[in-house]
Amino acid sequence: MELANLFIKSVFIDNMIFAYFLGMCSYLAVSKKVTTAFGLGMAVIFVLGFTIPINWLVQNYFLNEGAMAWISPKFATVDLSFLSFIVFISVIAAFTQLTEMAVEKLSPSLYNSLGIFLPLIAVNCSILGGALFMLQRPYNFVEATTFGFGSGLGWLLAIVALAAVREKLKYSNVPAPLKGLGITFIIVGLMSFGFLSFMGFSL
Amino acid sequence: MSTETLTVQKTAEKKEGLFSKKNRKLLTDPLDNNNPVTVQVLGICSSLAVTVQMKPAFFMCLGLMFVTACSNLFISMLRNTIPSRIRIIVQLAVVSLFVILVDELLKAYAFEVSKRLSVFVGLIITNCIVMGRLEAYAMANKPWPSFLDGIGNGIGYSAILLTLAFVRELLGSGSLWGYKIFESAGIPFIGNGVLMMPAGACLLIGVLIWAQRARNGYTEAD
Repeated sequence: MELANLFIKSVFIDNMIFAYFLGMCSYLAVSKKVTTAFGLGMAVIFVLGFTIPINWLVQNYFLNEGAMAWISPKFATVDLSFLSFIVFISVIAAFTQLTEMAVEKLSPSLYNSLGIFLPLIAVNCSILGGALFMLQRPYNFVEATTFGFGSGLGWLLAIVALAAVREKLKYSNVPAPLKGLGITFIIVGLMSFGFLSFMGFSL
Repeated sequence: MSTETLTVQKTAEKKEGLFSKKNRKLLTDPLDNNNPVTVQVLGICSSLAVTVQMKPAFFMCLGLMFVTACSNLFISMLRNTIPSRIRIIVQLAVVSLFVILVDELLKAYAFEVSKRLSVFVGLIITNCIVMGRLEAYAMANKPWPSFLDGIGNGIGYSAILLTLAFVRELLGSGSLWGYKIFESAGIPFIGNGVLMMPAGACLLIGVLIWAQRARNGYTEAD
């Protein structure tokens, strides 16, 4: 039950886009068509869902103060937590690169729909942001995994919703200087107000 | 020794002035025509999240300018030795080195601000402005122009961030730089809650882009 609550919380209440505005660059750039938006969203779920548990393990078995005591008691006082940024981003970049290569070899059809987005994702703020939030909150391993998949699903929902709105937007009469980027920002703002209504739930 | 360095500097200036017309353009262009936030659409996340008050926004700008300029300089010096297949990892490693520096400095000298900015200092690593400028400029240009390009884009980012923070803090909580303007002038003021939320910043950026494009006469073919 706890886990289900955490999942719902990370999908709706702590939505990566509408509550924290993370991953906005690719969110705005790739939300012109629903199909491509869906592809990118799936890639985000995949990468978030796997890199957050990996980073959790790295943080708790290597970087925290005294975390390396399992190797040898000599390391019990070593504190490497100042390295977490560089380690997290290396894990994320390496993971996306490896997945891209693996998908390219194993399933060309999946690669065509998903693989092209993977390099983009290494620099998506929501992935590193998720890892840093995991660092700030006292999650255990299972909770961290749930949080990763939940946040990814929230991101997918957000980008597909925006892409659907933008597809319809082509037929509306927007003032010329507001076209494109300007109106997209305003729509994101309004959608975010909608998501604010989830704030009232206490899970 | 000192005369020697002086002559070296002079010859360098003769080749191309440190602040020649082209180099000055690198500094001023990102302010308006090629602004990183409103035109290139880079670095949106942080500009929405840290602009509730001016003080954290200001420190964020300093941090970003430092990281962009330094990593542009370093990547530009290394640009001929980086294999293109692994360039993203190399770039990220250099960038995160500078971000760690900024983070540790903030924690040491401005702990309050560092708490307010929370994850967003770390997120400078994936701030698209840094990566975008590395890919688009530093990988193909000499170190000094790349450094200026980094500073210029930092200034352009700061201009937008400080404008947003000014409006949001003034109308949202009735203060500037933490100083209660309306209360000390004796005017009753009720804060506008919408502007305190990131969603309000989103609307504000939309309006800002609208105003800028209306002035520059630019429209998007969509």
